[in-house]
Amino acid sequence: MAVKFDLNEREVWDGNYAASQALRQADVDVVVAYPITPSTPIVENYGSYVANGYIDGEFVMVESEHAAMSGCIGASASGGRVSTATSSQGFALMAEVLYQASGMRLPIVLNVVNRALASPLNVRGDHADMYLGRDSGWLQIGAFNAQEAYDLALCAFKIAENPSVRLPMMVHQDGFITSHTAQNVYPLSDEAAINFVGKIQPIDDMLDFSRPVTYGAQTEEDWHFEHKAKQHKAIMDSKPVIDAVLAEFKELTGREYKRVETYDMEDADVAIIGLGTTVETARVAAKNMREKGVKAGVVAIRCFRPFPLEEVREALKNCKAIAVTDRSSPGGAMGAFFNEVSAAMYTSTNRPIITNFIYGLGGRDFSIAEAERIYAEQMAHIEAGHITTDIQQFSGLRGPKLGFFRTERS
Amino acid sequence: MAITSIKNLKEFSTNNDRFEGAHTLCPGCAHSMIVRELMNCTDDNLVLAANTGCLEVSTAVYPYTSWDTSWIHIGFENAATAVTGSEVMHKVRKRKGTLKDNDAPVKFVAFGGDGSTFDIGFQWLSGAMERGHDFTYICLDNENYANTGGQRSSATPIGATTSTAQAGTHSYGKKEKKKDIVSIMAAHGAPYVAQLAPNKWKSMAKGFQKALETEGPCFINTVSACCTEWRFDPKDTIHITDLATDSLMFPVYEIIEGHELNILYRPKNVMPVEEYLNAQGRYRHLFKPENKHVIELIQSDIDKYWDMLQRREEARV
Repeated sequence: MAVKFDLNEREVWDGNYAASQALRQADVDVVVAYPITPSTPIVENYGSYVANGYIDGEFVMVESEHAAMSGCIGASASGGRVSTATSSQGFALMAEVLYQASGMRLPIVLNVVNRALASPLNVRGDHADMYLGRDSGWLQIGAFNAQEAYDLALCAFKIAENPSVRLPMMVHQDGFITSHTAQNVYPLSDEAAINFVGKIQPIDDMLDFSRPVTYGAQTEEDWHFEHKAKQHKAIMDSKPVIDAVLAEFKELTGREYKRVETYDMEDADVAIIGLGTTVETARVAAKNMREKGVKAGVVAIRCFRPFPLEEVREALKNCKAIAVTDRSSPGGAMGAFFNEVSAAMYTSTNRPIITNFIYGLGGRDFSIAEAERIYAEQMAHIEAGHITTDIQQFSGLRGPKLGFFRTERS
Repeated sequence: MAITSIKNLKEFSTNNDRFEGAHTLCPGCAHSMIVRELMNCTDDNLVLAANTGCLEVSTAVYPYTSWDTSWIHIGFENAATAVTGSEVMHKVRKRKGTLKDNDAPVKFVAFGGDGSTFDIGFQWLSGAMERGHDFTYICLDNENYANTGGQRSSATPIGATTSTAQAGTHSYGKKEKKKDIVSIMAAHGAPYVAQLAPNKWKSMAKGFQKALETEGPCFINTVSACCTEWRFDPKDTIHITDLATDSLMFPVYEIIEGHELNILYRPKNVMPVEEYLNAQGRYRHLFKPENKHVIELIQSDIDKYWDMLQRREEARV
């Protein structure tokens, strides 16, 4: 039995600490981990809970992130609850095994504290690592502050381990901005938390020898396609489960989460759509713009995978101009998120003006003033009836303006 | 029912076991003999992991499996980590009483070829050994990347020709000597390390049992003659393995607690390595006059290593 951990009704936690408390309360059996800034405190804290008897689990410090996820896979295939955390280069090193975890349908919860990918080396937050995981077959959900990092980590176990889902899940938070900023967080009691998350139900358990299982078989052109199609379908079919778990969480705590969040969108002419902490900045800017008479709104993607295409379309259906923000170097193309939002809007009856902003790389601050400037630019597009700038602009960059790709709609 | 100690080869060849006969390993491949011997030497439950390689691609092609026990394959490099992840979970679940059968003894074993053990999975293996998990790692050492068509690994001996270290008019094949994996593993402080050969099947079964019984990380390098890439007739696998152990190209020995070295097979008549080399296509070019010096070098290295093993056995250091 674990030693009781005293919690106040209101705690002051940063995103990392909040996530680690969720791991403790979810009674995670095994954490296999390798440290990397800025996610390190999540696993360090779990290790300290084990060392001080606050949890009956095992903390295994391995020799690389690749090994961390490999160990998580072995542990998860052995029937218990498994979690770990990583960032950036560590995430990149894990990439091979991320695909293996999802292909084997193992409900591992990975806390990803978003950080830029080198080179140049950078420890600050951007979404390059999150984007690297977007085709890996994991569910991906985003927390924008410490409270959400805690709440969504708890929800993630319940979603991932649901027998009809059985997929690994990433809970993202922005490096430093969320992970290292202390805020008021309202935790559940240990009892309420574990009652909500529930016990893991072992499926295809390697430690049940009455029914031997083979994990990691080979399939070639005869069966590989069917397996991958089933996996994609499982990801798509997870939407109602995600919604149900978030609804149950709201009932328990009063805190409401949706796969797509909208702010001031009822009558918005212009919108910024984004991921992560960007959203909170954009919300302040939208309020300021409304004081100036601009009907500005914000759309936030909380659930990045499965991608909420229909919900994005619905949220933006009355918008005239949309700024899609990508916090990852696009590497010679439009931003990946821009492409996904564009796909949603191209298949709608409303075909608004859409532009792409690459911003905040390597932790460059995304300011309220910058968000306001983006809104103003959207208004200029609406007045002109077409895009008046390059479709893709680098926002917040030093030196002369940098933009790419021209529209034919003028 | 598995047999816990094999009394004769007939029994070994006819008993039911947890490694099914249906697999797609080459005829004459020694891998299956070694794997069957491991699985027959214990009645305990087994969690097995395999690195990518011949064994893996030949035994788990969907919708079939050759494994009548828990088995996992993740990637080329991480079987040691996969199986130790399972070992850790077993520890927690046993403590919490959440296992299906909480009292049944379980053993954790990882298999890797020499490519995944000596090269790409070296770090994962080293990490798992250092962490002290209770598991056994068995390297099926056929001295090349046989699964991908015979490329050199750091287990390939000097002088062998492979597709990426070719013998030709200007080359005698691989220029580098084989990595001494057994010593490296012993230096990790592993409680039991050995090099075993399937022709010496009694010492192999005994060695496997010792490793499984020993608490902590154990490592065994096994000689696995590869008819396809070593180039010999598939019916000669055991004969070639006899030449390997009798020439002392593969000495059979164990190291306990990193220092107590025991030689497990001492040939009555040590055979010149020339006979071992001459029986395989991969060394044929060494018998050209200009390459004779390589055979001499191999022989002299064998002599020195055997001398060292005997001294260490005597000195117990």
